Amino acid sequence: MRRPTFSRPTLEAKLLTFILKRMLFAIPTLIAVSIVAFIIIQLPPGDYLSTLMADLASQGGAVEEGTVAALRERFGLDQPIYVQYWKWVSNIVLYGDFGISFELNRPVTDVIWGRLGFSFLLAILTLCFVWAVAVPIGIISAVRQYSITDYGVTFFAFFMLAVPDFLLALVSMYVLSTYFGQSVGGLFSPQFADAPWSLARVGDFLAHVWLPVFVIGIGSLAALVRIMRANLLDELHRPYVTTARAKGMSELELLLRYPVRMALNPLISTLGWILPAVVSGEIIVSVVMSLPTTGPLLLRALLSQDMYLAGSLILLISVLTIIGTLISDVLLAIADPRIRLQ
Amino acid sequence: MTTDPQLQPVLKVRNLAVQFPTRTGVVKAVDDVSFDLYRGKTLCVVGESGSGKSVSARSVLQIVDRPGRITNGSMELTRPDGSVVDLAKLDPRGKQIRAIRGREIAMIFQEPMSSLSPIHRIGEQIGETLRIHFGTPKDERRTRVIELLKQVEIPNPEKAIDRYTFEFSGGMRQRVMIAMALACNPSLLIADEPTTALDVTTQAEILALIKKLQAEYGMAVLFITHDMGVVAEIADEVLVMYRGKVMERGPVEQIFHAPQADYTRMLIGSVLKLESKAEIRLKREPEAIAPELLLDVRNLSLTFPGGLKAVNDVSLTVSPAKRSVLSARAVRARPRWDVVSCVFTIRSKAPPISAARTARSSTSALPRARN
Ligand SMILES: Nc1ncnc2c1ncn2[C@@H]1O[C@H](COP(=O)(O)OP(=O)(O)O)[C@@H](O)[C@H]1O
Ligand SMILES: [Mg+2]
Repeated sequence: MRRPTFSRPTLEAKLLTFILKRMLFAIPTLIAVSIVAFIIIQLPPGDYLSTLMADLASQGGAVEEGTVAALRERFGLDQPIYVQYWKWVSNIVLYGDFGISFELNRPVTDVIWGRLGFSFLLAILTLCFVWAVAVPIGIISAVRQYSITDYGVTFFAFFMLAVPDFLLALVSMYVLSTYFGQSVGGLFSPQFADAPWSLARVGDFLAHVWLPVFVIGIGSLAALVRIMRANLLDELHRPYVTTARAKGMSELELLLRYPVRMALNPLISTLGWILPAVVSGEIIVSVVMSLPTTGPLLLRALLSQDMYLAGSLILLISVLTIIGTLISDVLLAIADPRIRLQ
Repeated sequence: MTTDPQLQPVLKVRNLAVQFPTRTGVVKAVDDVSFDLYRGKTLCVVGESGSGKSVSARSVLQIVDRPGRITNGSMELTRPDGSVVDLAKLDPRGKQIRAIRGREIAMIFQEPMSSLSPIHRIGEQIGETLRIHFGTPKDERRTRVIELLKQVEIPNPEKAIDRYTFEFSGGMRQRVMIAMALACNPSLLIADEPTTALDVTTQAEILALIKKLQAEYGMAVLFITHDMGVVAEIADEVLVMYRGKVMERGPVEQIFHAPQADYTRMLIGSVLKLESKAEIRLKREPEAIAPELLLDVRNLSLTFPGGLKAVNDVSLTVSPAKRSVLSARAVRARPRWDVVSCVFTIRSKAPPISAARTARSSTSALPRARN
């Protein structure tokens, strides 16, 4: 009798299918997000022009009705909302044209790329910081369960979870400037703000960026420490750990190779919510610390109903988040072969 | 002292005691246990669950879970070079005991699924022992692992080496565990209920495999079980444990034919009782077939397109008053399920038995190695 041979698709093929599927699923999410972004910016009564006129009127000036109508027509504001939406989206997809910012009277793309770059950089740095610090602390906390270190870490973690970002931003800026005489706020010292990139500028950037990274990341860091600790405690006494020990592996190698490796898997999927947390935390914190990122720009655009600017910012931030989630799914599928089978 | 190394025990355990200090008091999990293990011989430790079998076995490798502690006794291991170490004196986290774990004493466990990592390829997990103890380079390791997989009769070793545990059936996973234990050619194999989680057929295959490999490698085997049937199958010597204490120790013939301890008699008796019940039932006159049969299967056969006869001429009846158990002790496990799927295909008035569909229902299990 012949034994059947392996003819099932390999796990590697399944990984590829998995990734493609996830990318396909991201498309409807993107469409939904663009619709929601557009609806949100349309929700407040009136439009940019009515806000503009109200401002002018409060300053004693007045605009003729005809001019307003002409402007409305020029910006397409007199058309039904779905037509406006369709124009906006099709221009983005076809030409990379995000419309214009009414208030700044410049194309949205000119205004946002630089800031979006800093937002992105800040988010990446924060994620790296959060992971690099949370994982080792979580490991120590779990391995030394109920020790002084563990209690200390746990207390600190809960404390940091409870403190809001903006408060931490204000307090740390106050402390640093009054007691340490540091220049705080922004990502650069004034002389470097608009200078071209150089080694000195990078140094200045690093000297400024650690504070926002710390402030934005600390809440997520505390949450991650708790998750890592709990995951690892679950894994530490699993039978496969005993198996590895019975092979003669050293305790440290064993810890890192088996239980820690297993505990990291659920942690990868937290990327899905840490990324949005970092992005929204970044928006609030950058307003407080006046960082040259998308946060302050978005706030101003929302206040003045500068709809294409605000909509584009919301859309791009959401897209970045979706991409982040996609990356975390793929990483998880690479890290845990069991995921690929589902 | 004998000079013949063959007569020297590989491991000599004397007065071993292991305690677990707990909030309610000290649990004496192992209390004054002594035994000897010889090359090529199998010692079976039997006893109901909780009698301290696993703790005894783990003490040998110093891997007792906390807060367990060896409080007394000696465990003298004679190494291949003739030197003797007392394992009880070694630091559980030290280099010395680590050099012995997996190298001279290897262990396999009850649950192969949870005892293997689900996210590491099996080849990696098997080859690791070689890396730890011999620093074997990667490609050499691969060759050796494939060789080991062949020895434990896993089909397609070249492909199987890169697969994960969840792609294997229970029996195959236990074979992987055995391959892992054999990697460094240990002089003592400790098997802690390696067949308890497996079905009867697979259990017999694994037992046969362990016996075969023991003969090839000339290992001493410490085999833990609570099943007297398994003891009869594999043991040379038997150690009966109850509540951490040794009830009786002796050659397998003595244990079965002239048991000294009441507890041993009870253990043997409970097996016999089970069997005699079945025999009594067989001896009874078959009852007249009840008027209301739920299911009456006659001469059912199922042949797969490849020519594999999964079910051959099976007849059975199910009446409402009795429960029927389809047991296939001697044959492979698969057919029992196939009979059930045939029956359901018929009962649901589906078109003639679709072999493809039935075959599908069992693809989760890998092909068995021994046909
Ligand atoms: N981690 C532990 N903590 C406390 N007591 C334990 C622990 N492990 C085992 N024991 C005690 O040791 C006894 C024997 O356990 P074990 O050797 O696992 O039994 P078995 O014979 O079923 O393998 C148990 O009844 C229990 O009281
Ligand atoms: Mg046990």
